Amino acid sequence: MKINVSKKSASITPSGIREFFDLVLGMEDIISLGIGEPDFVTPWNICEAGIYALEKGYTSYTSNQGLLSFRKTIAQYLKKKYNLGYHPEKEILITVGTSEAYDLAIRALINPSDEVLIPEPSYVSYYSVTQLAGGKPKYLSTHETGFKVTPKMLQEAISNKTKILLLNYPSNPTGITYTVNELKNIAKIVKANNLIVISDEIYGDLTYDFQHTPFASISGMQSHTVYINGFSKAYAMTGWRVGYACGPENVIDAMNRIHQYTMLCAPIMSQMAAQEALINGDNACLEMKKEYKRRREYVISRLGEMGFTFPYPAGAFYIFASVKNTGLTGKEFSCRLLKEKKVAVVPGVAFGTEFKNKYYIRVCYTTEFEKLKKALNKIEQFLKEL
Amino acid sequence: MKEILELLRKNAKLTAKDIAKSLKKNVSSVEGTIAKLEKKGVILGYKAIIDENKIKDFNPVRAIIEVQVAPKRNLGFDYIAKRIYKFPEVRTCYLVSGAYELQLVVEGKDIHRVAEFVAEKLAPLEGVKGTVTHFFLKKYKEDGVIFGKKDENHRMNISL
Ligand SMILES: Cc1ncc(COP(=O)(O)O)c(C=O)c1O
Repeated sequence: MKINVSKKSASITPSGIREFFDLVLGMEDIISLGIGEPDFVTPWNICEAGIYALEKGYTSYTSNQGLLSFRKTIAQYLKKKYNLGYHPEKEILITVGTSEAYDLAIRALINPSDEVLIPEPSYVSYYSVTQLAGGKPKYLSTHETGFKVTPKMLQEAISNKTKILLLNYPSNPTGITYTVNELKNIAKIVKANNLIVISDEIYGDLTYDFQHTPFASISGMQSHTVYINGFSKAYAMTGWRVGYACGPENVIDAMNRIHQYTMLCAPIMSQMAAQEALINGDNACLEMKKEYKRRREYVISRLGEMGFTFPYPAGAFYIFASVKNTGLTGKEFSCRLLKEKKVAVVPGVAFGTEFKNKYYIRVCYTTEFEKLKKALNKIEQFLKEL
Repeated sequence: MKEILELLRKNAKLTAKDIAKSLKKNVSSVEGTIAKLEKKGVILGYKAIIDENKIKDFNPVRAIIEVQVAPKRNLGFDYIAKRIYKFPEVRTCYLVSGAYELQLVVEGKDIHRVAEFVAEKLAPLEGVKGTVTHFFLKKYKEDGVIFGKKDENHRMNISL
């Protein structure tokens, strides 16, 4: 018998670059600038906390919301860093990565055919997660506005079905972020239209030129916002799978009701390691940030010299570059670069509409300096040979 | 300047051009700074970090030697320290607090040479009150560099 899978799962569009991915995954001896996770291993004090947890026999479930002491640490951290006040017992939920947090938020908020506005290019998951939840994802293309959402664009996109605006800044794949004033202007539209903002700020700690501002900290916005963060990027903890959501009590409660039956809880040893990250991880985090910042300057300078254009990457570890003046599409560029020079980058179409992202590539600087340099030398050669 | 030193301390092979790009400075100013640091003796030299276990006949014997010494009137420990660190066998020499005063790393072709050095050169020196020798058995980490196989990140080649 051939099993018929659900229409819903069948409807999730396989990403148009699956073949390219398979090609990259199957190749050896390449330098990849296509990896969206840190090249660092988790700092030792954090690993050690995880090992200690195991040694002490912490191998059980935790409460659905997550360890209370961990939630308290998060509350203190947000208070101290951003002056954001969240009640650890009612307004914070520990999740299995940031990924679970926005999935829960969308599922907890969406009624059939409610619209979710997703600025694109965007991280890949939001669109499908919205579809799975029965909502209507609607892309806002930001290519003509410096890859940022503008109040005007937002106002024009809002219909009476619009319920959620999904923000992700610093952004994957562009590295752009918003200034306080830009956020305030977005907040006005959010307020006037009673929107809810799901704000994925997983790269917040990787903002290089100024202090990151959470959307929830903009005046009047805490009650409109589900703030989402995690440990994968700034603490190099992708494999541990811990994140969290903070928001109004009734939203966190709704999210927890889904979470209790679908995930139960985040792994206890990962929660304990992540707590150590917040308490004693600042230094390691700053060291990694410093390294990313230097690489960023280097890559900006090299790509600029080669004639690429891209929005200024104020955070995260990505550069979203146009390859239009090579005459190739992003996909062609990526495929040929891989085959001819054994360097991998990601075609821009992975991050949104084919039409708008056709001539872009995403370059990650999550690779140690010497390799990064080598890869850029190869890209330079590749351009000369075109 | 501090940032340049930080980068070079990690990787002395970086060119002035690489450093300039990484720190958003111009190349000539980076070159100038490095030249000045070299001239002033802030940067004393550049050398390779070698894992001696991985090659044959390149594996000298080393020992940490704790040396109890008496300070000299008006000269403190500097006089006796100099008498000791001038020996080429002494690779490292620190004045430390605690149960002894000087901590040395001494190097020799084999264990006998090191023992000989201690017995014939070091211990008889006037002012040396006693020595304790610890031979190195295995080097795990030195100056921030881990020897042997590094823990690598096991990432996939591509991810979004
Ligand atoms: C914007 C963004 N959000 C979320 C994630 C996933 O994070 P987590 O590992 O916390 O699930 C990623 C990973 O690439 C990302 O880029």
